[in-house]
Amino acid sequence: MSGTLDVIVRMVLTLALAMASASMLVWVERRLLAAFQDRYGPNRVGPFGLLQLVADSIKLFTKEDWTPPFADRVPFILAPTIIVATGLLSFAVVPFTAAGALVDLNIGVLYFLALSSLSVYSIMLAGMASNSKYSLLGAVRAAGQMISYELAMGLSVASVVALAGSFNLREIVAAQEGLPYVVLQPVAFLIFLIAGLAESKRSPFDLPEAENEIVAGYHTEYSSMKFAFFFLGEYLALVLFSSIATALFLGGGNGPWLPTIVWFAIKMAAIIYVFIWVRATFPRVRYDRLMAFGWKILVPVAILNLLVTGALVVARSAGG
Amino acid sequence: MLDIREMELNMGPQHPSTHGVLRLILYLDGETVVDCKPVMGYLHRGTEKLMETRNYYQNVPFTDRTDYLAAPYMNLGYVEAVEKLAGWEVPERAQYVRTAIAELTRIASHLLWLGTHAMDIGAQTMVLWTMREREVVLDFFESALGDRLTTSAFRPGGLRRELPDGWIDAVLAFCKTFPDRIDEYEALLSRNRIWLARTVGVGVISGQDAIDLGLSGPMLRGSGVPYDIRKEMPYAAYDKVDFDIAVEEECDSYARYLVRLVEMRQAVLIVEQCLDALPEGPIQGKVPKTHKIEAGREVYHVVESPRGELGYYIVSSGTGVPYKCKIRAPSFVNLQSLTPMSIGRLVADVVTIIGTLDIVLGDVDR
Repeated sequence: MSGTLDVIVRMVLTLALAMASASMLVWVERRLLAAFQDRYGPNRVGPFGLLQLVADSIKLFTKEDWTPPFADRVPFILAPTIIVATGLLSFAVVPFTAAGALVDLNIGVLYFLALSSLSVYSIMLAGMASNSKYSLLGAVRAAGQMISYELAMGLSVASVVALAGSFNLREIVAAQEGLPYVVLQPVAFLIFLIAGLAESKRSPFDLPEAENEIVAGYHTEYSSMKFAFFFLGEYLALVLFSSIATALFLGGGNGPWLPTIVWFAIKMAAIIYVFIWVRATFPRVRYDRLMAFGWKILVPVAILNLLVTGALVVARSAGG
Repeated sequence: MLDIREMELNMGPQHPSTHGVLRLILYLDGETVVDCKPVMGYLHRGTEKLMETRNYYQNVPFTDRTDYLAAPYMNLGYVEAVEKLAGWEVPERAQYVRTAIAELTRIASHLLWLGTHAMDIGAQTMVLWTMREREVVLDFFESALGDRLTTSAFRPGGLRRELPDGWIDAVLAFCKTFPDRIDEYEALLSRNRIWLARTVGVGVISGQDAIDLGLSGPMLRGSGVPYDIRKEMPYAAYDKVDFDIAVEEECDSYARYLVRLVEMRQAVLIVEQCLDALPEGPIQGKVPKTHKIEAGREVYHVVESPRGELGYYIVSSGTGVPYKCKIRAPSFVNLQSLTPMSIGRLVADVVTIIGTLDIVLGDVDR
C-alpha cells in the first residue's frame, strides 16, 4: 500500500515539476528575449511580471473554445491532447534525482524517442483535421521536418548508448560519473541539440508555424485551451529535450557540493538559455534548405560519428 | 483516378507579411509557386481625385497619407512640383533643411524596411533594434514638424516653421552614433549563413528586366543600374552635398539589402553636410496668398524617395486648385516585378520577395 502511495506522490511531483517548469519557461523566454532585444518584456503583473503567466492562462481559459464547422471534429479535438500527453509521459524516464527517474525503465532512451515520434501525429492530425490550406502546409512541413530530424537525433543518441552500453538513462548518467559525454561525444551533442531544436519546432526551425509565411501553420484554426495545449506541448518539449540532453551528455545531476536535482536544473537551464539565445539571433531557414541540411549533413555526420564510436568501443572491449 | 491540381492559396489581404493589405493569389504545386497574381486596391482612397478639390496648400496632408512611411519625402516631391509649376522661389535655408529632413526620412524608412524584412525571414530581434533608432528619428520629426508619421513637413515656397532650438545638435549627435548601430545590424545579419541562404539568389531580376519593368530606387540599383535621381536631376540641396550612390551587381535580395544599408550610411553623411553648412536667412519665399497659378501650365517633377522614383504630374487650372494631380508611385511600379520574381520559387521566398520590394500599400493604392 505504501508502495502505491509512494509511486503516486512521485508521479504527482514529476508532473507538477514538468508543468511548472514548462509554464515558467514562457515567462523566462519572454524576459530573456526582451533582454536580447533591448526592451523590458512582461513586468506588470506581479513581481517582475511573474504572474503574467496566470493572467495569460485566465485569458486563454475564458476565450471562446471554437471548433470550425469545416473541421473534422474528432481528430481536431484529439490532436492537442496527444502533444501534451506524449510530452508529459516522456518525463517518466527523466532521471532528475540520483535515485533515477519515476520509472527505472531499461529502455528509457527508446521510450523517449518513441514518444517524441508519436507527437508527430498530433501535428499531422491538427493540420489535416483543420481542413484549411495554411494548416495543411504547416502539417506537411512539420511531418517532414520531425521525421527527418528524428533520424539524426536517434543516431546521435545511439553513440551515447554505445559508450554507456545501456538504454537506461539512470545507468547512462552513472556512466558519466568522472567525465560527461559532451567531452567524448561533442559531435553527437551538437547534432542532438540541433535535432532537438527541430523536434520542438523552435526557431530557426519553426517552419511549421512560421507566422510570416503560413500564418500560424498547423494551429491556425485553434483557439482557447486547445491552442494553449499546443503551446504547452511545445514548452514541454523544450524542457524535455533539455533534460534529456542533460542526462545524455552533461552527466545529469552529477556534480560536487550541490544536490543532484540542483545540478540537473542548472545544466538544463544552460541548455534552455542557448535555445532562447538561438531564437533571438537566427532567421528562419527555408524548407528545402532544412531538409537538405538534415539529410545531407546531419544524418551522414551522425552515422560517421556512430561508426567511429562503435569501432572504438569494440576495439576497447577486444583489447581489454 | 485522383485528380492532381494546383492549390490556390489566398495570401492576404490580412496576412502577417504582405505589409498591409496586399492580396496575392498563389497557385501552388506543393510549396512551389506556379503563378502569383497580386490584387490591390484595398487601400484606395482616391487621393488623386481628392487633390483636385483642395488648393495647393491644402493638398499637402493628402501626400502624407500615400507613402506614410516616408511622408516628408512625399511632401517634398509635391511642394517642389508645385513650386516648379508656379515658378516660386525657395530660400536656400529651406532647401538645406528640406534635404536634411528628407534624408532622415530615408533613414527612418529603410530602418522600418530592414526590421520588417528581417522579421519576415524570421529574425525577430532585428525589428526591435531598428525600431529603437527609428524612434529617435521620429522624435526629431515630432519636434521639428509637429508630427511623427503624417508630417505635412513642408509648404509650397519653403517651410512651415523654423527648426526648434537644439534640434540641429541633437540630430548631429544621432548622426555620430548611428553608423555604429548599422554596424550592429550588419554583425547580426550580413554574414549570417541562414540570412545569406534566404536572400542570396532570391528575387533575382536582371538590370535590363528592371529597366523594362520601370523599377526604380534600390530595386534598380540592386540590379547594377547606377541611376539615382538625386544625382541625375538634383533637387532641393542635393547638388550642394557630396555623396555616393549605392550600386550592387548581384540583382538579388541580398544585393538590395546591401544597397539600402549603404544608403542609410550615405544619408547620415548628407544630413551632416546639410546641417553643418546650413545658411542663415528666411525659410519661406514669396507665395501669393491664394496660391493662384495661371491656367494651362503642367509639370512633371520626380524625386528619389526611399522606394524609388516618385513623380508628381500636376496641371494648373487658373485658380488655387490643381486641375489634375497624378502621382507616379514607386511602390506601385515596383510591385510589377513580384510575379516574375516569384514564379518557380517557394512560398517562403515569396515572403522574402515582398519584403525586398519594400512596398507601402498606401503608396500602391493611393
